[in-house]
Formats: sequence, C-alpha cells, structure tokens
Amino acid sequence: MGRKLLLEHAGVEGIRYYDAYRKKGGYASVEKALKMTPEAIVEEVKKSGLRGRGGAGFPTGLKWSFIAKPEGVPRHLVCNADESEPGTFKDRYLMEFIPHLLIEGLIVSSFALGSNTTYIYIRGEYAWIPDILEQAIAEAKVNGWLGKNILGSGFDCEIYVQRGAGAYICGEETALIESLEGKRGNPRIKPPFPAIKGLWDRPTVVNNVETLTAIVPVINLGGEEYAKIGVGRSTGTKLISACGNINKPGVYEIDMTISVEEFIFSDEYCGGMANGKKLKACIPGGSSVPILPANLLLKTAKGETRYMNYESLSDGGFATGSMMGSGGFVVLDEDQCVVKHTYTIARFYRHESCGQCSPCREGTGWMEKILKNIDTGKGKMSDIDLLWDIQGKIEGNTICPLGDAAAWPVAAAIRHFRDEFEWHVRNPEECLRRNFGLAHYADPLEAVA
Amino acid sequence: MAEEKKLFKVTIDNITVEVEPGTTILNAARQIGGEVTPPAMCYYSKLKGSGGKCRTCLVEVAAGSTADPRPMPKLVASCRTTVMDGMIVKNITSDRVLEAREGVVEFLLINHPLDCPICDQAGECDLQDLSYSHGTEGTRFEFQKRTFIKHNLGPYIQLHMTRCILCYRCVYVADQLTSKRVHGILDRGDRAEIATYIEKALDNDFIGNVIDVCPVGALTDRTFRFKNRVWFTKPVKAHRNCSKCCGKVHAWLRGDEILRVTGRKDQWGEVEDWICNECRFEKKNLTDWEIEGPADINRHSVISQGHYSGKIGTTKPTETFPNIMNGRQPKLLMDIHSVSEVNPPDLNLAAIPGPAHSGDFEEKKEISDKQ
Repeated sequence: MGRKLLLEHAGVEGIRYYDAYRKKGGYASVEKALKMTPEAIVEEVKKSGLRGRGGAGFPTGLKWSFIAKPEGVPRHLVCNADESEPGTFKDRYLMEFIPHLLIEGLIVSSFALGSNTTYIYIRGEYAWIPDILEQAIAEAKVNGWLGKNILGSGFDCEIYVQRGAGAYICGEETALIESLEGKRGNPRIKPPFPAIKGLWDRPTVVNNVETLTAIVPVINLGGEEYAKIGVGRSTGTKLISACGNINKPGVYEIDMTISVEEFIFSDEYCGGMANGKKLKACIPGGSSVPILPANLLLKTAKGETRYMNYESLSDGGFATGSMMGSGGFVVLDEDQCVVKHTYTIARFYRHESCGQCSPCREGTGWMEKILKNIDTGKGKMSDIDLLWDIQGKIEGNTICPLGDAAAWPVAAAIRHFRDEFEWHVRNPEECLRRNFGLAHYADPLEAVA
Repeated sequence: MAEEKKLFKVTIDNITVEVEPGTTILNAARQIGGEVTPPAMCYYSKLKGSGGKCRTCLVEVAAGSTADPRPMPKLVASCRTTVMDGMIVKNITSDRVLEAREGVVEFLLINHPLDCPICDQAGECDLQDLSYSHGTEGTRFEFQKRTFIKHNLGPYIQLHMTRCILCYRCVYVADQLTSKRVHGILDRGDRAEIATYIEKALDNDFIGNVIDVCPVGALTDRTFRFKNRVWFTKPVKAHRNCSKCCGKVHAWLRGDEILRVTGRKDQWGEVEDWICNECRFEKKNLTDWEIEGPADINRHSVISQGHYSGKIGTTKPTETFPNIMNGRQPKLLMDIHSVSEVNPPDLNLAAIPGPAHSGDFEEKKEISDKQ
C-alpha cells in the first residue's frame, strides 16, 4: 500500500468544505509557512526534489529560484488548471473534491514567491469547477486565510479564478499568460521567460495544480522528509489518471516505486485488463508522449523492470522509452487499432494547433489527412515514410512544445507499430472490418509464464 | 577603446562581425549580407514584435557564447534570438538548417495555391523567391488545398486569404500604425484566417501599408489588380509634398502612365518609410510627382529586366508591335463575331430577360436570315 499525501483524506465526507478539511489538519502548512521566510520555503521545496507535475518534470524549487525580483514590480503566481491533455484528469479530481488543498498550496506558494495576486486559470470545459473553487476561496477568506494581513504576518494575498475558453494551447504557459491578459492564446516566443517577463510583463511563475498541492505535504513534512518518499530524482507521490481498457479506471496516487506491471495488474490500482483481454500498448503520460508496446512497457530494452517514475519511464530515450508526462495513463488492449488511435490523436493536435508557426499549422493538418487515408484503407506504402519525414520536420522547429507533442505520438506509433501501418496499406478492405490484433506484440506476461 | 569593448563578436558561417549587444542574429547576418543572411518571411524590422512565426530563418547555434560555449539543442529563430559575445552561428553551412528550411518551405507551400501566373505579387513575392532558393521540385501533398473566398476590405484592398501564410505582419501594421485595428486572426490552426469582424472595411490613412508588408499576394492593391505584370513596369523614385506622410515613394511606370505607387523598399524588401493612402491610391498622374530617377532594384530580380531609356516618364514603351515587327502594323486576322453562329454581333445579350437559352439565338438567326 503506497503512501498517500494528496488523496489521504479524499474519502472523508464533506472534505470539499472548509470545516471538514480544517478538522483533518488543513491549512497547517500555511501556519507553518508564514513563520518561515520566503527564501526558506523555496529552499525546502528545492530540498524536496519536487518536480513539475504538468508534463515536463522541471524541478519546482529551481523554477521558483529563477523568478526575477526587481524593486517595486509586483510578481504573480499563476496556477495552470488548463488540464486538456487527452487522458489526463488528475487536476480535475483534486479541484473537484479537495479544492481547499489547492487553495492551501497556493497561499504557501504565493507567500514564497511574493505574489499578492494569484490566478487560477481553469479550462473552459470544466464549467462547474470554478464555482467549487470560488466557494473554497470565499470560505478561506472568511476564515482569515486569504485577504489582507494573513494570520498577522503582514502578507496580503488574493486568489482569482479565470476561466479559459476551451483551448488546449492555453495550457502552454506563455499562451496561458496571453489568454489571461485577454489576448488571443498564442504562445510567446521565448526568451524572455515568464520568470523574467510574464503576466503584464511582470515576473511570473506558472505551476500545475498538482505541483502546487504537493507544496502542502512538502511544508508539512519538511523538504528532506518528502524527498525520502519515492526513488532517486522522482520524489514524493504522483497522481496517475488511468483509463482505457482496464477494470478500474480512475485517479491513483502512487509513490513512484511500483512497477508498471503492478500498476496495471494489481487490484489496488487498475485491477488488470478489462474483459480478460491482453495488453497491447500503453501511453504512460498523456496523449503527447510516445506510445509503448506491451513488451517495452513492462520491461526496458535492457530487460529491467520498468517502474512508474520519471527516470524509468524515459529509460531508453524515445527509441525504446517514453515519458512520465502529465500522468495520463491510457491502456490499449488487443482489440485496439494503433493506426486509428494515432489518427485520433493527430486529429486532436490539428484541431488545437494555434496556427501561429508554419511547421505545426500545416504539418499537423497534413499528418491528419495522411493518417485518415491509411486508416480508411486508402493509404500508400510511401505514406508511412512521408509521415515519418513530416513529423521529423515539425519536431523541434516550432515556437512551443505543441509541435513536438503532435510529432511524438506519430513517430512512436510508426517506430513500434510499423507492421500494423503496412498491414493497413496492404489490406485496404480487411482493415475496415477487423483490427490487426497483437501480431508480434505477444503478451510478455504470458511469455514469462 | 571602451566603446569597442561593448561590441559583441559573432561568427556566422565563419564570417565574424562585431555588433551591438541586443542585436538579433538575423540583423547581424544582414550586416554581413549576401547568402549568409537567413530568409525571413514574417520578420519586419520596422514592426515591433514581428518575427518568430514562419520558421524560415532558423539557424543552428554551435556555441552560445564565449562564457558558455555549449551549443543550443534546437534550431533557433534568428530573427528573435539576440547575439551573445563569442556566439558561433551556422546558417548555410549547417545541413540541419537547410533540411529544416526545406521542410518549412514545403509546409508553407502545401496550402498555398501556386497561382503565380495570375497573381499580382508574382515577380516580387518573397515566397516565390524562397521556394526557388530553398524549396524542392514538386510536392508530396496529395490533398485538396484549403481555400477561402476573396474579400474586398474597402475600396482599395483585396484580401485573398487562400494565399496567406499567416505572417501576422499586416496585423502588426494595423496595431502600430493605426489608432484602431479592425482586422486580425480568426479561428486557429490551418483554418486560421485574416479577417475583419463582420466584413468591416479597412479604412485608415495608413492602412495601405498592409499591401507593402504582405510577403505574398494575399493583400493586393485594388487599383493595380490585373493591370500589369510587375516586370513590365519600371519603378522610379518619386516624391511629392504630402501633409500626411513623407511623400517618398516608388512609382511603377509603364510608358508615361503610373500604374501603382508603393513605399520605397530597401535591399531586404522592407519599406523605408510608411506612406499614406492618398499617395498610394489616388495620385496616379505623372504631374502629381517629381521623378528623382530609377529605383535601386536587385539585379537578380525579374523586375530589373525592364530597361530605362530616355527621360523617365516621357518615353513610350519601346517594345511595341511595330518596333518588334519591323514597322508592320497589327492586323486583325478574323473577327470572331463575323463567323460565329451562336453569338451574332447584332444580338444584345443584355437585353434578354433572364438567362439566355439556345432559343434566343435561333429565333434571332431566323430573323437575320429573313433580313
């Protein structure tokens, strides 16, 4: 049984409201933090080894230490709640059921960064959650955790909730800032980074919801204690939103020491494959990270067990590994078609490209059209090589990571499932009636047995 | 000496140049000039905030600076990356750059109509030049291109969105030159389009400059549309006393007729000074202008094939039919009306109510037979 830090009290009745939350020891970290200096809090976060939970996995303490502190210029903390990555729904769970945990983390983080005005930018599709958050903010304010001179420390803080209009790209931090300023959500060209010039040209830190809630246990336990949980540079706990062909889809908190096999097949977590099917492939970190076939998912290319943490999931680079990403764990069973799946992802990225820079704008549309042809049996053999070439010309040549996010899944699907693409081309009629199945990706569990 | 020390040394394709801190790689390369300069489709030095979007100016940074000589992992947009002291940049000496640029050109062209034969911009089109210098033969794109309907943005400007490469230059012009911008980008991804809100017209004294900054033929001058090919016209420097703008323009002549007026463009294809709509669209008489002399045109440009002879603005075109054909006058070989049975010259199509049917012609024919 893994240790739970964030979802410890998730099952408590009324935890969404202040009274129950406070009874379970809520807001203790604010009391503790306001007696510390902001620098000491940043130091604690650095010691904890907490890494950004939004996808890139950048060390949070380091990010916080980059923020510029010019005299007389206000600084801002922005909470990135624009959780739009297909397959990821962990932030929604946190905000919907334990909103006070986020508010608590935001107050501590705002104090550490010197942000008197803090924003939560929430995606437009989460239409009912802003109300929950605003109620939590109001409750916190009534009880003196927000507003002027919090707990007599002289620190003022206000939190505002801003709704997006339903654009995936606004989860990119500079696009989020543009959108928050009331402009079109186009990513900015970096440098300057938001830590120097962010919201209204002021130093800004943008952090994911889960990262900011993880600040609460970091302060409560202390950085060194927090760093003992987990393994290596993957410290603390991570929320994984599991979905796909598994028995128990949902949000799970793991301490990053369990193996992928245990995560999928143990009853504590996903509960095994649904309907007794076999595991074919899995996207371990949200739609943008490379897909892995079953054999590479459970064991790395070196034959070692793959664990659910940053290092192990990316072991082998993109050739034989993937990424932790945002924790959107999508499991595909033997009945799923990788070509159709890749087409669906490509369609998503084509729809969500902002259209600012040419490789992403034109390339995503082109990839979608080719994949649609292959999926519907109209493809040619040369299309597969063309796809490979296009994704290579998008990746790394765009303003923001959306180009990479669109290119990686296509690249990984061709890299690992090329024979399935070729089968689609060779059997244009059969591919409309049935799926390729497991073929060369025999269940590694069975092979071991 | 103290001032010299402030300059940053940057090496681009093995050529070292000293530039002021804060200069972008692209502008440093422009100081060297020639092939070393990366092409730029969206960057415009006179427009603040432009650049970084088209990705044609990508370069490889082999060493960040003397202090931190690590190479940058990704290719960077040279128009938005400032130089550091001791930076080593690879442009045309890097295969990675050339490959990426080829990719960008391909991406820009997959939805571009390639209607150069009927496009007014042909001959002075940045995308045309770019595809000649960095593109490949043929296309691998086998799908229908995205198209849009043409829009007239007021009496002077036509928007042909199908040709647009979304460089955002015209948006920056409207933002920075006019008091109120009424056009911008609608929608996103490859469906994004330049548009005005509910078909508004662009009317502002300086809005005509969007035509000059447009790198392709998406925004064209309605007073010049289909009048002539640019390489048949001769650009001359001209000026007039204008109360609104500098009044310094390029007038594009055919014989003694001014076919169009544009801002004066420098060697990078950027206008030297913005001009007002009155100079651009309304002053088309030779008497309105004082001619200074031929404009400087790159000798590799197709426009420079027009020759200047005699006093500018007074000579008729020399390549007239009689001149070429040893004094022979053109002769009408056949009047199509005289032999056509379906479209007799005495039939006034406009007088027929509704669409014309074959019956209209037959009846008429009978009458003419009787006559």
